[in-house]
Amino acid sequence: MAINFEKALGMHQHTLGIRSRRTEILASNISNADTPNYKAKDINFKDALNAAKSGAGVSLNRTNSAHNLGFSTSMAQNGLLFRNTNQPDTGDGNTVDLEVERNLFMKNSLEYQASLDFLNSKISGLRTAIKGQ
Amino acid sequence: MSLLKVLDVAGTGMSAQSVRLNTTASNLANANSVSSNIDETYKARHPVFAAELNRAMGGLDSSVGVKVQGIVESTAELNQEYAPNHPKADENGFIYHSNVNVMEEMANMISASRSYQTNVQIAEAAKQMLNRTLQLGKS
Repeated sequence: MAINFEKALGMHQHTLGIRSRRTEILASNISNADTPNYKAKDINFKDALNAAKSGAGVSLNRTNSAHNLGFSTSMAQNGLLFRNTNQPDTGDGNTVDLEVERNLFMKNSLEYQASLDFLNSKISGLRTAIKGQ
Repeated sequence: MSLLKVLDVAGTGMSAQSVRLNTTASNLANANSVSSNIDETYKARHPVFAAELNRAMGGLDSSVGVKVQGIVESTAELNQEYAPNHPKADENGFIYHSNVNVMEEMANMISASRSYQTNVQIAEAAKQMLNRTLQLGKS
């Protein structure tokens, strides 16, 4: 009887990928905190996780044969949203609030490490089951 | 792997902020420079940042670094002072001061060093996350 890793590892295998993508996005926001006209971006974690679990794909509907073939990417790839600002524009078009981004980044990295711990314990559980006690 | 790109992005942030700190230091050092004609006077310099899009995957890529597009000189008004006894006065007795605004440069310095520190923290956190990931399943 084959082990179904998908079921054994649960949702943590998807969580890790999405968390690391969110780390990238938040780090880009922080690096561009002084770039004119840069808008802060983020992803909705819940939507991305649901999409990754169900394996949904978004393929573009071509209504005319002259249209270009779009990339068929999964929802987890392009759920980029813009963050709402809570301060008025300072004149250079930049919407990054360093405090907000930094705190979100730290929280995200803690959640990533929590997912790692869960995944690790699931893997050692599997290993125990394979070895037999 | 995505987390490795975070190190690149944080690196671009650090180097951009250090360029900014460099120009701020130059401006502050030359804040009191005078000269005899307008063209030779020191004008405040500022870097221009732009987002550097990595089109690695052909679609929307998540990591966007920052690059310094160039350094521009400020076009603010130069101060003219009538000082006929100054050794650098021109034939009308005027000397020209630089247009560096010291308050603005101090604020730039504080902002640049704080952004630099934040980028260092990001790189540190990404490094820790990567190390922990490499330990996965090894216990």
